This record gives sequence, structure tokens and C-alpha cells, in this order.
Amino acid sequence: MSAAIEFRDVSFSTPQGRLLLDHVAFTVEEGTTTAVLGRSGSGKTTLLRTVNRLIEPTGGHVLLHGKDVRQSDLIALRRGIGYAIQETGLFPHFTVERNVGLVLEAEGRSRGERGRRSHELLEAVGLDPSVFARRFPHQLSGGQRQRVGLARALAAQPGVLLMDEPFGALDPLTRAEMQDMVRGLLARLEITVLLVTHDLDEALYLAQRIVLLGEGKLVSELEPSEFMRSDQPEVTEYIRAFRRGENSAARSVGAQRGTP
Amino acid sequence: MSDFLSRYGGEILTLTYEHLWLTAAAMLFATAVSVPAGIWLTRAPRWANPVIGVANILQTVPSLAMFGFLLPLPWLGERAARIAILALTAYALLPIVRNTYAGIRGIDPSVVEVAHALGLTGAQRLWKVELPLAAPFILAGLRTATVTCIGIATIAAAVGAGGLGELIFRGVASMDNRLVLAGAIPAALLALAADALLGLLERRFKVAGP
Repeated sequence: MSAAIEFRDVSFSTPQGRLLLDHVAFTVEEGTTTAVLGRSGSGKTTLLRTVNRLIEPTGGHVLLHGKDVRQSDLIALRRGIGYAIQETGLFPHFTVERNVGLVLEAEGRSRGERGRRSHELLEAVGLDPSVFARRFPHQLSGGQRQRVGLARALAAQPGVLLMDEPFGALDPLTRAEMQDMVRGLLARLEITVLLVTHDLDEALYLAQRIVLLGEGKLVSELEPSEFMRSDQPEVTEYIRAFRRGENSAARSVGAQRGTP
Repeated sequence: MSDFLSRYGGEILTLTYEHLWLTAAAMLFATAVSVPAGIWLTRAPRWANPVIGVANILQTVPSLAMFGFLLPLPWLGERAARIAILALTAYALLPIVRNTYAGIRGIDPSVVEVAHALGLTGAQRLWKVELPLAAPFILAGLRTATVTCIGIATIAAAVGAGGLGELIFRGVASMDNRLVLAGAIPAALLALAADALLGLLERRFKVAGP
């Protein structure tokens, strides 16, 4: 297997001098999914954004298929990378179909081709095109919007897909549904995925490798089973903290329902 | 009344046409300058405060004084309409620049981020995403500017640029309220019509929210 994404000592500090990424180095193999875990402020989103150059590292290199992303044409680079985020960023003035086909529109593909591809992708993410293609984003539920965002990210058949907490804003049931759908889809597409999440279970379910970031540094990079067995203090602490958070969330849901 | 109309009707029509022409020309110039300026400010935000500040100061110059300042200038002073159009343009700048800038800056950041991330070029971002989403704000700025200009254009008669102000000034000088109203009522109707028309356009461009 060859490297699809390679982080070589990637650092980033803000103009105010805050170090958000500190010599992060790891590789994402072609066709695999790597989850980047970490608490808020650990630098995971910043790291993800260095790949499509929404953020330019202040040190080190990011390589995509062996080529430094800084040496690629910015527009071509971004069109070759899918991007799906928690807020979805759907264009509110476009229909679902046009949202999905926008990258193809930007590339000057024909209307017919765009329409065909949009419908194909809507089906792939579990939305019936005859129902949803003509709708506007505000006429969709959170989960449906997220599906459209994913379809749009895949429109130009990118080799790499970046996902930033794509299910973070969804309720647990919808999230589980989405995770099932994405797992099936990713397996079919054989696409390389970098998934930023704070949800350990999501990482375990979707990823072949788990990277844990802490305060901008790479803490560990392991397979899911190794991750769960790891006795590295930062890893066990993260797992414990995550479970604790989960329990307290469950308790507060219970309290709201009036059960002890 | 019918006497008055048969005597002044033709003149009112001519002056209304002049009034419209002055305002339309000024709005055309102001839009051609302000919309691109507002867009540019979103790309170079550190200039936003100084530029909007200057437009703000222009706005505070009393209109009679503004016409007076421009009178002695060469070329401009030769034709009163030139002065009027330039002055009206100056007054129209602020609302359009400010609303263009604020309209584009106010777009949901995640939408802008995705527009970048999908690899839209600068021009594609502008035409497909930013301008359509900022359109209601830009049109609101145009509307404010138009209504303001229609009002201020009445003062343009003071430098002999014509327009409905002529009737008002003449009416004041001869203490004839009918003449004042013959200028003021059509000017007010013009302003209301422009407001309604542009308001309609603005709503047409509004994107339905959640």
C-alpha cells in the first residue's frame, strides 16, 4: 500500500504565537480511513485543514500522493479532495441537486452530466432524488443535510475525503444511521478518508487507524484494537474521559426523562 | 386646481423627468463604484474602516454646502447637472458600500469555507455564492441610497440643475404654497415608488431561511 496523505513534521502557530500543531508526523495509507481523535483544542481540525490548504502550516510538509500540497495548483488540489463538515455549509440559495453538482458546475461539466451524477450520489447517500433533488437546504432535517453535504463532497470522485465531525450535531439515532451508511459507502468507494472526531466509538467503528492528538502533538497512532489495549497513559486517560462524558450525558438524558 | 394643473402640468412632468434623470445617473455611478468597492473591502478588511469612514464623512456634509463646494470647480461648474450628479453620487456611496461589505461578510462562515474547500475560483465564489447571498443587503443599500438621492436632488435646483426642487424654490421665493407642493408631492411620490419597487426586488432575492 502507498501513502495517500503524509504529514511530515507539520507545525502550525497562529500569528499571535500560539502553537496549535507541534511536529505532527504520520501517514494515511491509500484507501483506508484514519480517525483523528482528541479533545477540543487539540489541533485536529487545524491538521485536517492543512491537507486542502485552508490552513498553511508554518513548519513541515503535507504530501498528497507523494507531492507537497504547496506545489499543487490550489484550485485543482481542492477539487481533488472531498470536504464534509459538521455545519455542512450547504449553499442555502441552491437546490439539493445544484449543491451536490456544484464542483462539476465549477469545472464546466454539462448540465446533463451534473444532473446524472447528483442523482447517483443522492441515491448513494440514501436520499431519493425524485423527492429531494428539487428541495432547498432549509427544507431538510439535520441528518438529510449531512447526507447532502457528503454527496457533494464525493461529486468530483475525489481520491481523498476530509470529514470534520460530520455527525457531531446529530441526535444519537440519526448519527448511528449515518455511521452505518458511511461505513458501507466508504467500503464500496475505496477512498482515503481522514476523519476528525472526538467520538471514540465512531472512530472505532469507521477507522482502520486511530490517531490521538493532545495539545497539538501526536500522542499515538494505532489500530483500533491496539488503541483500546494501549497502556499509554494519555490513551487510557482519553478513553476513560470519553466514557465518563458518555455516562454523564446518558444520566442527563435520563434526568430529563424523569428517570433516576 | 385644474387651472393650476393646466398651467404647470407640463412643467411638473418635465421637472419630474429631470429629477429622475439626475437620480438615476447618480445611482448608476454610485453603484458602479460602491459595489466593487464593497467587494474589495471584504478582500482587504483592514481598509474597511477608513473607506467607510470617508463615505460617512461625505454623508454628513450638508447638501447645500456640497453643491456650493463643487460650483467653482472647472468642467464641473460649467454644467449644473454635472455638479448635481457628482454630489448625489457622493451621498449614495455610503449605504451601498456599507451594505455590500456587510452583506458579504455576514454570509455563514461555513458556507464560505466550503466554497473555498470545493475549489471554486475567486470569480466563481463571488458570482455563485457571495453576490447571490448578499443580494438582499446590497439591494437594501441601493434602496436607501435611491430614496436619499431623490430627496437631496430637490436641493440641486439651488445650483440650477433643475428637477422638482425648482418648483419648491420658486414657491418659497414667491410664498406660493401650491408651487411648493407641486414640487414636493411628486418628489415624495417618486421616493415612495422607488422604495416600493426596490423593496419588491429585495424580497425576490431573499433566501428562505430555516
